This record gives sequence, C-alpha cells and structure tokens, in this order.
Amino acid sequence: MTPVLAIENLSLSIAGVPVVDGINLGVDAGEVMALVGESGCGKSITSAAVMRLLPGAVSQTAGDIRLAGESLSRLSERQMQAMRGRRLSMIFQEPQAALDPLSTIGTQIAESLRQSARAARPAVLHMLDEVGIADPARRIDQYPFELSGGMCQRVVIAAALIARPELLLADEPTTALDVTIQAQILDLLRTLARERGTAVLLITHDVGVVADIADRVAVMYAGRIAEAGPVHSIFAQPRHPYTQLLLASVPRLSDVPKSPLAVIPGRVPTPLEFGPGCRFASRCPRADAQCVAQTPPLRPLGDSDVACWHAA
Amino acid sequence: MRRISPGMMVVLGLLALFVAAALAAPLLSPFDPLRQSLLLRLKPPGSLLGGRTFILGTDDLGRDLLSRVLFGARVSLLVSVVAVALSFVVGTALGMVAGWYRGAVAVVIMRLVDTMLSIPAILLAVLTVAVLGPGFLNLVVVLGLTRWPRYARVAYGQTLQVAVLPYIRAAEMAGAGSTRILWRHILPNIAGPLMVVATSEFGLMILFEAGLSFLGLGIQPPAPSWGSIMAAGRQYVERAWWLTVFPGACLFGVVLCVNVTGDWLRDRLDPRAASR
Ligand SMILES: Nc1ncnc2c1ncn2[C@@H]1O[C@H](COP(=O)(O)OP(=O)(O)OP(=O)(O)O)[C@@H](O)[C@H]1O
Ligand code: SF4
Ligand SMILES: [Mg+2]
Repeated sequence: MTPVLAIENLSLSIAGVPVVDGINLGVDAGEVMALVGESGCGKSITSAAVMRLLPGAVSQTAGDIRLAGESLSRLSERQMQAMRGRRLSMIFQEPQAALDPLSTIGTQIAESLRQSARAARPAVLHMLDEVGIADPARRIDQYPFELSGGMCQRVVIAAALIARPELLLADEPTTALDVTIQAQILDLLRTLARERGTAVLLITHDVGVVADIADRVAVMYAGRIAEAGPVHSIFAQPRHPYTQLLLASVPRLSDVPKSPLAVIPGRVPTPLEFGPGCRFASRCPRADAQCVAQTPPLRPLGDSDVACWHAA
Repeated sequence: MRRISPGMMVVLGLLALFVAAALAAPLLSPFDPLRQSLLLRLKPPGSLLGGRTFILGTDDLGRDLLSRVLFGARVSLLVSVVAVALSFVVGTALGMVAGWYRGAVAVVIMRLVDTMLSIPAILLAVLTVAVLGPGFLNLVVVLGLTRWPRYARVAYGQTLQVAVLPYIRAAEMAGAGSTRILWRHILPNIAGPLMVVATSEFGLMILFEAGLSFLGLGIQPPAPSWGSIMAAGRQYVERAWWLTVFPGACLFGVVLCVNVTGDWLRDRLDPRAASR
C-alpha cells in the first residue's frame, strides 16, 4: 500500500549548513505517527517542508515528499496552494494565536472549503459538532476571543479537517493547553483520524503523548532519524542508545518517589559541529571509533528501523 | 448591538446635519450664491436690506454668505471625501503589497514613498495642478495622488507586523492565496491605524483644497468652497470677520466630528472592543 505521506531522503539547510539530513518517514492512512526529538532537532522545519512553506532562511537541498505517491516538489506553487487545506493541512501550538481575531469562527473553519460563508454553513455546523463544541449555532458566529484555549484548538482542528484532507500535520498541538484539556484534544485528534482515515504526523517532545495516542513513532536526533517503529515495540524494547536514554529520562508513576531523574549528559551538537559519524557519539555511552568515523545507516531491526552501529 | 452614547449621538447628528445641508444646498439657500451686488458689499450678519435678511452677512462682492457657505460645503466635502478615498485606496494597496512581498517590490514602493514624503505635498500639488490645469476633477486626482504615501507607510509597517502572526501562517496552511490573505485577514487587522490616518487626512484635504483654491489652482471663482471663501475673506478680516469665521467654524466642526467618528468607528469595528 502506498503511504499517504512519504518523506524521502529529505535534507534541509540554513545558510548552507545542513540542519535536516536525509530523513525518511512514512505515514499510512488512519495512522498517528509521532515525531519526537529534542528542541531544535528539525521537527518543525520538516513539517514546514511538507507543506512547502519553509521559512525564508531554510532551503530544501535534497529529497522528495510524496502525498499518496504524488511528488509535491514537482507541483507549481499554484497547484500546491490548491492542495493546502484540502489534501494536507496543518495545526500548531497556541490555538488562539492561530485564529484571526477579526474573523468569525465560522468563516475561518470554512477557509479551506473555498465556498461562500452561506454555502459552507451546514458543513461548518456539522464540523463544530464533530469536534465536540456545544451549541454550534451560537459559536459559529462568535470571534476567537470569546472562546477558551481548548475550544480554540477544537476550532483549529475543525478548520484543518473540514475539507477531509488525507494528511494532518500537528506541531505540538497541545503544548499550550493545560493537562486535562490536552488529553481531551489528543483523544479528539485520534478519534477523528481513525474515523476519517486521516494520516496524522504528530510532532511533540512529550513522550507521554506518544504512548497515549501514537501508532508509530520516529525519534529524531540532530536532524536525523535515530529510530522509528511501532510505539509498543519501541517502548518495550528501545534499541537506539538515544531512545533508551530518552525513555529512561521520563518519570514513571512506578518510580520510587524522589528518586533522581535520569538525564542524558552533554548537549545536542549544533549543525556546525556535525562530524562525519554518528551525531549521538558525543553523548553515547557505547560510542567507539567506528561511531565517530562513519554515519550509521537506518537498518531494520525487529519491528523497527534503527540508525546505530551497535544496536541489536 | 451596543448602544450609542449620547455624546456620540450628538457628533453623528452634527455630521449628518453637515452632509444634509450640503446635499440640500439649493433648497436651503435663501439666495443665489453667485449673485453680486455692489450696494450690498460687506454687510454684517443679520443685515436687513431692501426687504431681504442676510443671516450671515455678505462678502466683498455683495453675495449672500449663508448661501455661499451652504454651496461651499458641497464642494469642500466632496473634494475631501473623494480625495481621501482615492489616497486611502492607492496608499493602502501599495503599502500592503510592499509589506507582504517585501524584497525588491518593497524597495521600489517605499523609496517612492520616501521621495514623495520628502517633497512638501502642497508643492507637489501646486506643480501638478499647474501642469494639468485647475478644476474639480484635477484637484481631486492631484490631492488623492499626492497624499497616498502616509497610508502606504502605515499599511507597510502594519502589514510587516501582521504578516508574521500565526493566524496568517494558518491561513496559508489552509490554502489561502496572497490576495485572499491580504484582503480578508490583513486589511481588517490593519484598518484601525489606517482609519486614524484617514480621519486626520480628511481635515487636511479641506485645508489643501482651501490653499490651492486660494492660489487659484483649485475651485475656480466664482464657485464657492469653504477654502476659497476664507481665502477671499482673509483680506477683510478686520472689517468683516464673518467672512472667515463662519466657513472656518464649519470647517472646524466637520473636521472635529470626522475625527471623533473615526475613533469611534475604529473601536466599534473591533469585535474585542465592541463587547467590552
Ligand atoms: N525561521 C527560521 N529561520 C532560521 N532558522 C530557523 C527557523 N526556524 C527554525 N530554524 C532553525 O532550524 C533548526 C530546526 O528548528 P525546528 O524549529 O525545526 O526545531 P524543532 O525540532 O521543531 O524544535 P522545537 O521542539 O523547539 O520546536 C534550528 O536550528 C532552528 O534554529
Ligand atoms: S552509532 Fe555508536 S555512537 Fe551512535 S548511537 Fe550507536 S553506539 Fe552510540
Ligand atoms: Mg518546533
């Protein structure tokens, strides 16, 4: 089966410095794929590359992005624009900031339908209901400031899904919300994706979120994929040393109270410090000469793909 | 709908009165504003002569001032409204385009703005009218096309600020094109500051019209406009104060009402403020 989203060997640079380096990633219909990794490892610019809305400083130096098998790089800007919102859409943090303060909820949800407000009204009312907003008939004519943060994120999700896109990119959609609302929103995303067969690429650095709603997870480190596979296998048996340390650093309810949190010593190298070998080598307890000299390729191991010379 | 405050009612009422008076000038004027009489020169307000009352007095050519002020309102208001609208549209469009596309487009447009702003507008207007010739249409076009840079500058700065906000990015993600984003999402969000410029420009336009008419480059005598009445009356300020005071008071009243209304509209158009 052709995956809905296939990122093939994607490389992105800022001012000639490679920031994302040969990423491969696939997301199937109805599946939630989580993309996790430390701050600055390139998650957001990867998703911006999928929408073909890279910030001015960032350029794509290699690779291709396919939506249901169709290469997006070959499309004209006009064709790409026609796809945004309809075949692939995106939501991000700060739902309140993502809504135009001077447009009604209804107008904004209808944006990707490219219909008149009146023609779109029944569809918008239905969508508001689907994202769990009570009293849609009243809410549809309200302005964003009249809604709570959680409700705004539901509106943003409604706007992103109303045109039934095949792919939804969600860049830390719940980071700005408080914990109980977070769970509700994630639950909503997961349910809608299942029902509608939408492929979801969920960007987060919250490992708890991954465990809750993702089917598969890709762990990114310094612009590369370290490990990718089904959530249950990766949580049960992380194979890449970085994944192992990342999961160990997450506090668990079963931990002895006040036991020290595991932390990964050292820091992520900046793109200027990238050497020829494994980017985790500077912090990896198992690093050796080969690790420093040669880049480990992503290779299948059990259910997962792992980029590590010594993983087994 | 929010209730309109009593003070605002008065302002809106006054403004409506001015507009109505201008529109109904032929009906309201007691006399022909162009009819001269050397026997009736510079009569003070309230003069009763030959069975006729000159409520606001007469000018240096013996014409009834009330009739001239009423007809002058038509010219002054029309010139200002049309010229403000023209410069608003031109300046806002250019400023938004520059702020949205940035790069070379912005350099060209904003350089032009700087150049235009560095030349006194009245000089520019004088030069153009001198070339094109005087007349109502030329006056409006010249005022409109020389006064757009202020809007362009404000629209440019505001567009730069708004364009990077997440909701603009969200609209792009939803597949909205540049035109739609500029029109539906940026323009409403920068309209407040532009409105402030427009209301202050409105008063200036009346003054520019007066200045150009005074120089003989605007409304041609004997047609009245507030500016030309005041300009002509300036020589008689000591002997006939009414020639400058009445049109001046009207000008002052309209400009004040327009400014207050502009502020009020700006607040009212913002749904956040409207619910407060
Ligand atoms: N608009 C931009 N201009 C220049 N550099 C950028 C821009 N956006 C991101 N970068 C750089 O690109 C790299 C990757 O950033 P990105 O935002 O993709 O990280 P991230 O994984 O999403 O991090 P976070 O978890 O903090 O959101 C970083 O080094 C960042 O400094
Ligand atoms: S390749 Fe070497 S340095 Fe990199 S993660 Fe594996 S063991 Fe560590
Ligand atoms: Mg990010």
